[in-house]
Amino acid sequence: MIDFYFSLPDIVRYIIQGIAVICFLFPVGAACSMAERKVAAWAQDRPGPNRARPWLLARIPIIGPILGYFGIFNLMADGGKLLFREDITPGHVNKFYFVMAPIVAMTPALSTIVFVPFGAYLDSAGQILPVMLANVDIGILGVFALASLSVYSLILAGWASNSKYPFLGAIRASAQLISYELSMTLAVVPVLLWINAPGTTGSLSLVRVVEFQSQPGFWGGMWFVFIMPVSAFIFLITIFAETNRQPFDMPESEADLVGGYHTEYGSYKWSLFFVAEYCQMIVGSGIFILLFLGGWNPLPWIPLADLVNWLHDLLHWQWLLHPIFVGLLSIGIFVTKVLIFIFIFMWVRWTLPRFRYDQVMRIGWQRLLPLSIANLVVYIIAIALLQK
Amino acid sequence: MSVIQVQRKPLSLAERTYIPQILSGMKTTMKHIVAKPVTVNYPEERPEIPPGYRGVPTLVRDPHGREKCVSCQLCEFVCPPKAIRITPGEIPADSPNAHVEKGPKEFEINMLRCIYCGLCQEVCPEEAIWLQNVYSSSGYTRAEMVNNKQKLYELGGTLPDTHLKWDKKKAAAEKH
Repeated sequence: MIDFYFSLPDIVRYIIQGIAVICFLFPVGAACSMAERKVAAWAQDRPGPNRARPWLLARIPIIGPILGYFGIFNLMADGGKLLFREDITPGHVNKFYFVMAPIVAMTPALSTIVFVPFGAYLDSAGQILPVMLANVDIGILGVFALASLSVYSLILAGWASNSKYPFLGAIRASAQLISYELSMTLAVVPVLLWINAPGTTGSLSLVRVVEFQSQPGFWGGMWFVFIMPVSAFIFLITIFAETNRQPFDMPESEADLVGGYHTEYGSYKWSLFFVAEYCQMIVGSGIFILLFLGGWNPLPWIPLADLVNWLHDLLHWQWLLHPIFVGLLSIGIFVTKVLIFIFIFMWVRWTLPRFRYDQVMRIGWQRLLPLSIANLVVYIIAIALLQK
Repeated sequence: MSVIQVQRKPLSLAERTYIPQILSGMKTTMKHIVAKPVTVNYPEERPEIPPGYRGVPTLVRDPHGREKCVSCQLCEFVCPPKAIRITPGEIPADSPNAHVEKGPKEFEINMLRCIYCGLCQEVCPEEAIWLQNVYSSSGYTRAEMVNNKQKLYELGGTLPDTHLKWDKKKAAAEKH
């Protein structure tokens, strides 16, 4: 089975892998909308959506009621509704860009995952190999390059809608995204400087970052969140801003801008914006985890390889060292971390009110940018002294 | 009392970063996330109705099964939205309750008009009309939302009072 898979031509394999990842990412992105509603409900002391119980599926013992309780059937009903509802294109819009905007939103949201290693397995020599779509050297740079394209979707949507609220939302969104991208990039530079020690080949790959966090020893096994807390903090805030999450929910701000850039959108095109936002959140939190929280390593100072070897020594089951098991385990650890992160996104959303626009700008330019530059200078000096 | 000058302290550094406030806010939210919901799954679970609840107005009977309403129409007159309509009637002479003189021939409360103010209960000299624990009424037509006499007694049931004013009056009248 595996041999057959690897005997396929590369292009076919890449397409299969890509489709597999999208088939995971897209539904999870959609399921996040239901998770959001459930977390919102719990934070407000209500049970949340749990009433949709299709006749046959709800009859399945145990699973049916549990699925019903977590609103899975509500989610399906929602998806069906958004898919089959009349797709209204208002008469006053620029049709070409109006249709293009959700596509432009979806494309970078789904394609940034290409550079994200979401797991690893051990080859026969005990070497860690990443599970990812494209293990290329540009790594994080590719993520930033693609993720920054998402601002175009907001601008296009706002401009093509040809009415006031979407236009204001789009302007706010683009200003916000551009402001926070600077701090975001500067915040991760210390990490990349640290992993590109003198004498090694230069690489911006996220795999390298995780490898650096899974070395033996006290300093080697330490996650970057402990070594560079300020970087992690700035990066975390900028992820919130870049994914337009509360408290940086500027472009949407339904209280003052109705719905922001997607006011004129409905049905499936609107849901694409929605899913794109969640996919961005997933990828963004994935990158945060890879950079600062040890990627697929289960705990600080306990790398994946140690965990697998320890389990193997304990149980002596041969399949524990099998690449498929290790791969699934690492993906499981990574996805668990991502889901916890998504929960934190929602937790923050239902805690904090939205910042005012001027506050967003002030935090971005007057607080985060100087802080990230100072952070960068401090770490440049420290790294130069440590790695000379 | 003299004027107290309130000191407006400038925000400390920790306060200006918002971080402690955000964290304490998140702590509060987490408390609510793990807490039990305060709402009920309505049609399956019903809320507990506290005593003294003012639900749908109903008519009650006394422990002997006599309808307490004597059709004095005070409730009809006091009702602010004019939801009550009473058609008074004679009590037949062969009835065991003939001494009460009057009773309602028809008693209608229009639940589309009722505002649940409880003035009818307050004004009733016979304690015949009570706002009880029924809180949910629904119907497909306007006519269904008008509770007639039979429906009102069904909802009301019996009031377990013991003073039995009319029986005492009858006994007193027979003595003389």
